[in-house]
Amino acid sequence: MNGGMVILGAGECGTRAALALREMGYQGTIDLIGDERYLPYERPPLSKSVFGANDAGAKFITSVEQLTETRIRHRSGIIARSIDRQQKSVQLSDGSSLHYDKLLLATGARPRKLAQDGIELAGLYYLRNMDDCVALREQTGPGTRLLVLGAGFLGLEIAATARARGASVTVVEAQPRILMRGVPEPIASVIAERHRVEGVDIQCGSKVSRIETGRGGAEIALEDGRILAGDLLVASVGAIPNCELAVAARLAVNNGILVDAHLTTSDRDIFAAGDCCAFPLASQDGRIVRLEAWRNAADQSAVAAANMLGESRVYGAVPWFWSDQYDLTLQVAGLADPDLSMVRRDIGDSAFLLFHLDTSGRLIAASGIGIGGAVARDIRLAQMLIARGAHPDPDELARPEARLKAMLGR
Amino acid sequence: MAQWVQACSVDDIEEEDLIRFDHGGRVFAIYKSPEGEFYATNGICTHEHAFLSDGLVMGEIIECPKHNGRFNYKTGAAKGAPVCINLATFSVKVEGDAVFVDVALP
Repeated sequence: MNGGMVILGAGECGTRAALALREMGYQGTIDLIGDERYLPYERPPLSKSVFGANDAGAKFITSVEQLTETRIRHRSGIIARSIDRQQKSVQLSDGSSLHYDKLLLATGARPRKLAQDGIELAGLYYLRNMDDCVALREQTGPGTRLLVLGAGFLGLEIAATARARGASVTVVEAQPRILMRGVPEPIASVIAERHRVEGVDIQCGSKVSRIETGRGGAEIALEDGRILAGDLLVASVGAIPNCELAVAARLAVNNGILVDAHLTTSDRDIFAAGDCCAFPLASQDGRIVRLEAWRNAADQSAVAAANMLGESRVYGAVPWFWSDQYDLTLQVAGLADPDLSMVRRDIGDSAFLLFHLDTSGRLIAASGIGIGGAVARDIRLAQMLIARGAHPDPDELARPEARLKAMLGR
Repeated sequence: MAQWVQACSVDDIEEEDLIRFDHGGRVFAIYKSPEGEFYATNGICTHEHAFLSDGLVMGEIIECPKHNGRFNYKTGAAKGAPVCINLATFSVKVEGDAVFVDVALP
């Protein structure tokens, strides 16, 4: 029996891959398997606009009409149980199975759950999907005392939106500062200061010794003896890639499903893309990374789709992230490792960029913060400079009048 | 009927760039192409609220600052994910040094 294209995971990556397969002219069957009961939707708004407004629905990636028109069979509310690589088939939780010609694993990641005494803690909130968002939203209103564990992008976006909902917010972070991973200190301190002005209590360097949850609310006991009390506790302490199917099918896995530059796994009929995969980062000499980013998921979907159709496209995009908190927008292109040297460029009084260069003077990353879209254009240009392996003059980078676009032309 | 409004002067925009122009509670984007021709579109992305004036012009493409959605600013055509709704375009004329936009609703 001949199979078609089977995609496991109906998030940003899987859904866009399905649409891309059709756009690229594929005529066979496309099955898009997702565990959620909704149409595919965008996750970034879940910590922002969808959490912010009680009547906000999900922002859908596609529609029933488009799925019908493109003959994509979206099967929601089910998961894959196993992959049979010899038979080239996938067994689903509803008892059926699907043969594939090519299989895409776009299984994403899930929140890291907190455990205590070896048992997963009950009564905590997490934010990954629409149901999580609605549950958190229903419990977060004026006067709610919200405890947020983890000061990464997600925890801080939850804090900012919860403030806008009228909650009082305490953020607990074990690291010495917020956004330790991937955001340079000068930008993190702008964000920390803004949270302070908005009334969010951020406790960095705070190691948790004990968490209690019950009907009365939640309590965090810190190692220094302090006790933080709240009505509810949302944990945002990282994500774990969904690799179990790949492991069971004996595909190569190491903090993500390992793929080559073509997003092919160790089985050439199986591809992986998005949050679940670990891939060679072209702009950093092929070091293996795993990214949890909307843009990466979308970009990889197109490359995976093309290669499922027999092309041999290389994934070469430079990573790009953003975060919206209050009216501030942070953007990062590349991976801003702390050991890189830094050049600062101010844009007016309220926005600035940091360029990160390696010892040879090659631009590796750029990060920026400002109101709204103040840094967007320059970060985009920096991303293009990084992709070209440019060695821009640091003095020019520091001068606001020197146009990045002109550096690109050279 | 056409409703011409002066938006800017020809030197207010660099080649292969754009500016924001607000009129009557609406936001427009005015472009100068690499060849020095002027164009105008709705100033806000059709995907999520973002001002296109913060975006990057490359050739005949404007890229949204928020999620890098792309449009052809000459035709308004959406050029792929995540944008799927075209941008509204508006007529532009140059008289002397002044750039005028026809802000009439279609």
